[in-house]
Amino acid sequence: MAKKRHVTTTINGEAAEFLCEPRQSLLEVLRDTLGLTGSKEGCNNGNCGACTVLLDGVPVDSCLVLAVEVEGAQIITVEGLASEGHLHPLQQCFLEGAALQCGICTPGFLVTAKALLDHDPAPSERQIRFELAGNICRCTGYDKIVRAVQAAGRKLQEHQREQQRT
Amino acid sequence: MDRDFNHSQVIKDPADRYQVLGTRPVRHDGVDKVTGRAVYGNDVKLPGLLHGRILRSPHAHARIKSIDTRAAEKHPGVFAVITSADFPDLRTKTAHLGEGAVDLAHLAANCLAREKVLYRGHAVAAVAARSVHDAEAALAKIRVEYERLPAVTWVLDAMADDAPLLHYNVFTDEMGRKSAKPSNISQHLHFEHGDVDKAFAGCDIVVEREFRTASVHQGYIEPHVSTALWNQDGHLKIWTSTQGAFTARQQTAELLEIPVSQVTVVPCEIGGGFGGKIAVYLEPVVALLSRKTGRPVKIHMTRAEVFEGTGPTPGSFLRVKVGMKKRKMHAAEAWLAYDAGAFPGGMIGPGCMCVFSCYDIPHARVDGYDVCLNKPKTQAYRAPGATHAAFAMESVVDEIAERLGVDPIDLRLENAAKEGTRRVDGPVYPRIGLVETLEAAKKHDHWRSRLEGPNRGRGVASGFWFNIGLKSSATVHLNPDGKVSLLEGSTDIGGTRTSVAMQLAETLGIAAADVHPQVADTDGVGYTDVTGGSRVTFATGLAAHEAGKDLIRQLCERAALIWECAPDLVRFAAGVFTHAKEKKSLTFRELAAELHETGGTITARATVDPQGATNGFGTHIVDVEVDPETGKVTVLRYTAIQDAGKAVHPSYVEGQMQGGAVQGIGWALNEEYIFDGEGRMTNPTMLDYRMPTALDVPMIDTVIVEVPNPSHPFGVRGVGETPIVAPPAAIANAIHAATGVRLRELPMSPPRVWAALEAALRREE
Amino acid sequence: MQDFEYAAPASIEEAITLLAEPGANARILAGGTDILVQLREGLRQTALVVDIKKIPELGAIAVAADGSLRLGAAVPCHRIWSDARLVAGYPAVTDSARIIGGWQIQGRASLGGNLCNSSPAADSIPALIVEKATCEIAGPRGRRQVPAVEFCTAPGKNVLERGEFVVALSFPPPEARAGSRYIRFIPRNEMDIAVAGSGVWLRLDAAGKTVEAARIALAAVAPTPVAATEAAEWLAGKPASEESWKKAGELARRVARPITDLRGPKEYRVHLVGVLVARALATAAERARGGDRDPMVPADGRPSGVR
Repeated sequence: MAKKRHVTTTINGEAAEFLCEPRQSLLEVLRDTLGLTGSKEGCNNGNCGACTVLLDGVPVDSCLVLAVEVEGAQIITVEGLASEGHLHPLQQCFLEGAALQCGICTPGFLVTAKALLDHDPAPSERQIRFELAGNICRCTGYDKIVRAVQAAGRKLQEHQREQQRT
Repeated sequence: MDRDFNHSQVIKDPADRYQVLGTRPVRHDGVDKVTGRAVYGNDVKLPGLLHGRILRSPHAHARIKSIDTRAAEKHPGVFAVITSADFPDLRTKTAHLGEGAVDLAHLAANCLAREKVLYRGHAVAAVAARSVHDAEAALAKIRVEYERLPAVTWVLDAMADDAPLLHYNVFTDEMGRKSAKPSNISQHLHFEHGDVDKAFAGCDIVVEREFRTASVHQGYIEPHVSTALWNQDGHLKIWTSTQGAFTARQQTAELLEIPVSQVTVVPCEIGGGFGGKIAVYLEPVVALLSRKTGRPVKIHMTRAEVFEGTGPTPGSFLRVKVGMKKRKMHAAEAWLAYDAGAFPGGMIGPGCMCVFSCYDIPHARVDGYDVCLNKPKTQAYRAPGATHAAFAMESVVDEIAERLGVDPIDLRLENAAKEGTRRVDGPVYPRIGLVETLEAAKKHDHWRSRLEGPNRGRGVASGFWFNIGLKSSATVHLNPDGKVSLLEGSTDIGGTRTSVAMQLAETLGIAAADVHPQVADTDGVGYTDVTGGSRVTFATGLAAHEAGKDLIRQLCERAALIWECAPDLVRFAAGVFTHAKEKKSLTFRELAAELHETGGTITARATVDPQGATNGFGTHIVDVEVDPETGKVTVLRYTAIQDAGKAVHPSYVEGQMQGGAVQGIGWALNEEYIFDGEGRMTNPTMLDYRMPTALDVPMIDTVIVEVPNPSHPFGVRGVGETPIVAPPAAIANAIHAATGVRLRELPMSPPRVWAALEAALRREE
Repeated sequence: MQDFEYAAPASIEEAITLLAEPGANARILAGGTDILVQLREGLRQTALVVDIKKIPELGAIAVAADGSLRLGAAVPCHRIWSDARLVAGYPAVTDSARIIGGWQIQGRASLGGNLCNSSPAADSIPALIVEKATCEIAGPRGRRQVPAVEFCTAPGKNVLERGEFVVALSFPPPEARAGSRYIRFIPRNEMDIAVAGSGVWLRLDAAGKTVEAARIALAAVAPTPVAATEAAEWLAGKPASEESWKKAGELARRVARPITDLRGPKEYRVHLVGVLVARALATAAERARGGDRDPMVPADGRPSGVR
């Protein structure tokens, strides 16, 4: 069996290190070694997005990244969305808009949507659906998810305008 | 569409005076679910946990000649290997598991195969090891000798006299009488009322059509996962993703032949079920591995295992015949053959019940067949059997409307089932809301607006699901600050802990946020049947309501103590306890604060078992565009209209309608199990089993109609299942409107639509 | 998952040495979106995974003074479709990068990987073919170039010899009055493998009314991605009209020899070739005349993966 590797990385803004076998995916290590179980395994082959994390700001399926590959990288998981006890506007809007039912796909959607809104806080409905097509939901039919992303975008723009004023 | 168009309408009952019901509080478990804190089955960690994997049959039908696990047992990291030999040898026993009787020998054999494997993916052996990787490597060392047998995967083929026989001990039950020879047909159901043949003879038009549907999976994003710890004291504790902790407990106990009291099942947060997580697969297997190893053992299925080793909905063949006298449905006949899958006991019963359920037809006859074949044992998928039946019936109704030159909604209105209508399988409807959904559809902007553009068409269809009652329990503790803890036993798949909490809050006259609901394990709350059958908001809500009444009764007694009067002089209304004769009053909160000093805190409880169906009707409207060059169907606009009785939390009722509609769209357009000639599913991945993505569907507009259910104190009807029934038919009708072509096979995938369009063109030439 | 070692060389020479390790059956890891799935399912075996993403050349996008492009083989799709120079110069390529899986896949998957996986249905290869990409290969016997159209030899197989790997894709400078497009047919609107795919490139005359030259390549309708040479050559000198696009589509069908599999029946795939080639040519012509090259909003109003 291959020897374990030592990996140093940054997860949700905090320095992190772990030992892993080369064959272990980032998803496996997040969940089983680091106790960050928010990212979920739905298919383990890149077709459902339940394991989405941001790797250097880019949404990726963590089931298709080897844990050894993230040496020196910046990773954001669902656990890193809230800050200082405040929910991210996306989390807040998902709750207020009832954009989750069973909730298993929700972490993946939140992470991808965060990347989308970071890039463009006012995406069109079509753009939201296109960028979220890699996240499968079976419960909601996507309607309330799309609306929650739109609402969160508006909230973020509001915050930005307020900050510009002060 | 008007900018002010209301995408989510609620047409309330005018008598509605509720304070909490009908509002939209944030769900109580919401923060945990948006932060990744919620503990789902695969998030459970225990010290010393071992990981398991299951070896599955590569063949669709074979006799197992031998299984040699010795090499696997010696593989590094492996702690135990089991086969069906480790299960108790069950005689033919049945257990009642809430939604129907189950043959336990069959259930055990489905968990780990006995003499035969009956479908590709059938579990054969299980390994527990230090890691999933070790377990997987060990599977390759298990030697199974198979004697392959011919396989059959189409329901009509399986009914033929010369079809490969799956079970030597399954006979056709023909309304109580068993056939002489064993058969793949395990049941023939027959329902009839009126004089059908005479009635058909007297009809002006008769339309008879045949339909086919493929196997389709519930598609929950979370695979099955269970962890068991069979402790040295003999107590078995299981953490599992299940729609019913009590049914999982009972099934597991029965299969392992231990008393139910020896088993505790903890229902983890569940990542979807839709009916597919009621039967157990993993629970007894991890239990046996835990007993053998003395350690906790977890198995988490892979996605391929979910497709090949759990329970899709039946594929089916349906023939529906309807005869009209002027604009009235006068006679109807249905012949339905549904997959049971590898073991008998499929969804044919509900299919028969639902096929004519939306209409008042004086003469009707239904024959239904439950057929064993070499596919995974079928399980419920949201209104099991009804979608198939509605696809057939609603297409025929659409064809009749066209032939008569009648608006399809008007034709339905003129024949709609109402209070007092008798269904072909016997029940007479109490107050129901089908007509109201049709009227709302007729008035809706979607139906009234013009659909412009070539290759576009609009379709409508109605759907029904009976919904069930069954048993639920609730326990309520009152805290000194007036807030209550609610323990209930219904796994929360879609926000029900909140809809149940809201009903308790309404009963007590407090805010929804003042209730802290939890889904308890089988030790923590009384018996509760599955989260299924659209029963939770109805039945567990009823339990919470009754527990609330018990709490008020006990509080009245306590107030009587404080006021030194007889308990019958204490009244409770609008959150306040008052003395009937003297000017004394205490608010709910004030009384709660007094409890500790006056005898201690109060716990209230209730168990309910409401009988009868709550009858959910829906009508869906869809606009599609068909690309004639590729056969691809794009859903342009969708409106789902449904009678919810009373929408406790409208956002979550809308969510059920939208989710069910999109599952129905997937079923209609792209989802199917594709089998090769050897009975193997060729597409067991989410790449090639094509569920809708966000880009494949538009917004799903909703209208909730409230026609109160007479059998519930707040008028609640089940809502979860009805929304999946109408979509394939509505879409088929829309495709017809767009192209003139009727498709009668699901899915209506692009190559099929294109072939149908080409065939129509050739006929014209 | 099978057990393997992992190495991340910092140079091409180091990678070549690692790939030569005897008995390791070493495999290249770029984005991992194909290889990790295959290793997990046991479709391929390896004892050593060689991660080439730390080699600077493999991740570089370099546009030379003459306008030619050298695209590192491991550059992930999201960097390709978000690069304005690539969108402007090689829109068929950016179209294909925009629709290989969803956003998460595009965050990792590379065109080098898509090429070397050599699926007949690969979305990027028809685009590479019509944009006249050359594959730069490095190996124990030095460097060599292979035109993209010659790279794949059979389903899952290509011209790479033991120890070789693709380090970059080179493209000639974009031409004036030229446009290109890649579209595919899938049953959903995203996340599917192509049932049929079509990449086209053409150049119009100064008036924008006649086709001067064209190239057409197809995905998922033959054992490898395949060029529809007859159809492309027929277009030279023809009017830039819907009639021409349809006729070219019909001619292109002649090179299609698909199988029936779970992605579609063969007659249907042959039919789709005609439809897709005609539609792709119409957009390519619009782009040649200055129309929108953004893969999200091309001239015919539909993103590459839709319809």
